[in-house]
Amino acid sequence: MRVMIPSALRSYTGAGEVSAQGATLAEMLADLDRQFPGIRFRIIDEQDSIRRHIRFFVNGEQSFDLALPLKEGDEIYIVQALSGG
Amino acid sequence: MSGVSLLIATRKGAWFLLGNEARRSWRVEGPHFLGHVINHVMLDPRDGKTMIAAGKTGHLGPTMFRSDDRGKSWKEAARPPAFPKEEKRSVDHTFWLTPGHADEPGVWYAGTSPQALFRSEDGGNSWDPVSGFNDRPGATKEAGGSQDGTPDGAKLHSIIVDPRDANHLYLGMSGGGVHESTDRGATWKPLVQGLEVVAGFDAANLAFHDPHCLQLCPSKPDRLYQQNHCGIYRLDRPSDQWIRIGKAMPAEVGDVGFPITVHPRDADRAWVFPMDGTDVWPRTCPGGVAAVYSTRDAGASWTRHSNGFPAGQVWWTVKRQAMAADTLDKVGLYFGTTSGEIWASADEGENWSSIASHLPEIYAVEAASS
Repeated sequence: MRVMIPSALRSYTGAGEVSAQGATLAEMLADLDRQFPGIRFRIIDEQDSIRRHIRFFVNGEQSFDLALPLKEGDEIYIVQALSGG
Repeated sequence: MSGVSLLIATRKGAWFLLGNEARRSWRVEGPHFLGHVINHVMLDPRDGKTMIAAGKTGHLGPTMFRSDDRGKSWKEAARPPAFPKEEKRSVDHTFWLTPGHADEPGVWYAGTSPQALFRSEDGGNSWDPVSGFNDRPGATKEAGGSQDGTPDGAKLHSIIVDPRDANHLYLGMSGGGVHESTDRGATWKPLVQGLEVVAGFDAANLAFHDPHCLQLCPSKPDRLYQQNHCGIYRLDRPSDQWIRIGKAMPAEVGDVGFPITVHPRDADRAWVFPMDGTDVWPRTCPGGVAAVYSTRDAGASWTRHSNGFPAGQVWWTVKRQAMAADTLDKVGLYFGTTSGEIWASADEGENWSSIASHLPEIYAVEAASS
């Protein structure tokens, strides 16, 4: 499936769009971390919580549930919710 | 030694200031990690080339960056500080970095917010909690609640390794007091006798203690100085009793501040940058007049140093990590302001000049030999 990467995380991926596999959001993130070590901890903390300013959209729908099932062909956006200055 | 490198950590990245031996000419190098909140950058004095930077961004979680070539190239740590699952809390940022003992190459310590102590045994690539501290009885109570810490999170700071003994450690908690271990962090005891707390609060409650910065004297490791929320103190071991040496400061200036810096070869010398602690605690230069104060007699008396500073309308704030001394003769002193200026003295504080300006909010300044 296609995963869109925000600019803040492209130091890991080198690209704005990458491919990843997994039956859930959590599995997809584990695959991303295998491909791009360290990326997961910047967006998911050690308690498996989504970090405060990170959002996930799957096929245009926002999800806060890492157990959300995914299927081949899904399009996932990882978004940094800009705030502050 | 051919010069001095200043490692500047800011809210928006890190910069290096590279000075010649006379410390008259400075070259700015950077930014490193532009846009990252960098709380501390440290050079390992044991090898002169390993550097660690503690960073995060406004949107991403915390991490560590390592360099094996003195900051020319950086690589992210494989396993930054993180709490075990069962602790049910998450590291927001690493605030403080301390290289380990000379006999323990590769060992580093880190202090985080929320307050916890971490240790690396591999040069900062992977980090583990020091459970003897983090899980000690009463740890949560001592750290207090979310309103007991500094505005952007309670800090564990001033991690000090006794140069004579790798097992002997000190640290400070804002809030939570000063703590000491003699068994490499397995067990700890508080070290707060003589320290005052805000009037009306109970000094027996560690959560009310707010040490801002601790320094051990390299030339006399049994002597520590401390800038506290409530005064300037000295401790001469084996005594456990801190002495409030800030009472000798001019009354109109007071002895509130964040940083304290010690002389590398003279344990009777220390420097502070006092800040206004009246009514609503502005924590800017008292009266809008900038001055560094130093003692030559272990705190019995203090001397004002302001040559080179603007005459008035100066409202700087200098954070606890943002004042440093080099090891040259005469000792060079440096501080960074939250308004992004670096000031330097090449003569132990007698004369000052601005050597960099227009940087982001400065969190930390470290001086390293070039």
